[in-house]
Amino acid sequence: MSLTLAEIKVILNANVLTSKFDANTVIGMAYSADLMSDVLSFSQTDSLLITGLVDKTVVRTAHVANIKAIVFARGKVPNKDTVALADEKNIPLMITNFSKYESCGRLYEKGLRNSYDAK
Amino acid sequence: MSLAAGYMKKGLGIHMMQNKETTMKGVFFLTGKDFANAGAASCELKTILEKMQIEQSAIRRAAIAAFEAEMNIIIYTPAGMMKYSITPDYVKVVFQDMGHGIEDIELAMTEGYSTAPDYIREMGFGSGMGLPNIKKNTDEMKISSAPGAGTTLEFIIKFKQERDNENIRDC
Ligand SMILES: Nc1ncnc2c1ncn2[C@@H]1O[C@H](COP(=O)(O)OP(=O)(O)OP(=O)(O)O)[C@@H](O)[C@H]1O
Ligand SMILES: [Mg+2]
Repeated sequence: MSLTLAEIKVILNANVLTSKFDANTVIGMAYSADLMSDVLSFSQTDSLLITGLVDKTVVRTAHVANIKAIVFARGKVPNKDTVALADEKNIPLMITNFSKYESCGRLYEKGLRNSYDAK
Repeated sequence: MSLAAGYMKKGLGIHMMQNKETTMKGVFFLTGKDFANAGAASCELKTILEKMQIEQSAIRRAAIAAFEAEMNIIIYTPAGMMKYSITPDYVKVVFQDMGHGIEDIELAMTEGYSTAPDYIREMGFGSGMGLPNIKKNTDEMKISSAPGAGTTLEFIIKFKQERDNENIRDC
């Protein structure tokens, strides 16, 4: 199952932080971690990343790992630099009040998995 | 500051294109604890590889390996540099730092081994996966280090597909 960013926004009751946000972007996979080496080792290309960290290095990690969009869980707000960098790299950012656990649960329930094989 | 003919300063690095734009090399200078720019050199290398129309999977592997090595220099050393060369067949990246060196390389290569302090862990690093991840993503990897003499790490990623040199865009 894949979801569009518009659908993910509704499922997570999320707010969009970046000016670049294509609601029709299709997301086929998701991965969640707070450890950047985890993201770099185990995420699939073109995934959505759900994380509790809001540093600029998260955006750079996402860029090198071909992450398509990032959701910040539990209402953590990144600073302006992080948002500006994400706009520059064309990586949409969203923020949700749900915890990481609940965010992942909600997306999983709608069919989003962490790799193609799990489909 | 003016550069020698053929070299250009762009982004954070200094770069040079050769042989009708099929070969490119460059260098980035990295400053320890500069977390505002941490990972930026690897992002820039990724953008260069994308412009040179290299296969997607090789780009991702190179960017991931470079990012891990760059982060190690930022986290564990006062300064270092990252030099790359891209040829029609491979990309090679060499990292050299002026840190205290790695005493036991085999131990450092073990998954989960890390000496990162807590504040580094809070930034999402220090799970001891970086060096193993570099190994996993590259075709060749070499580390040499001596206590006091810093660390040199280099890796090569080979391209499987012929590059389409007609379509190389301006870097
Ligand atoms: N350039 C370096 N100079 C000195 N020590 C290093 C260097 N690179 C790595 N190390 C040492 O090797 C250990 C393992 O490195 P590795 O990159 O595998 O994991 P990490 O950096 O601790 O965590 P992660 O990469 O998962 O964020 C480090 O904790 C550090 O002690
Ligand atoms: Mg590391």
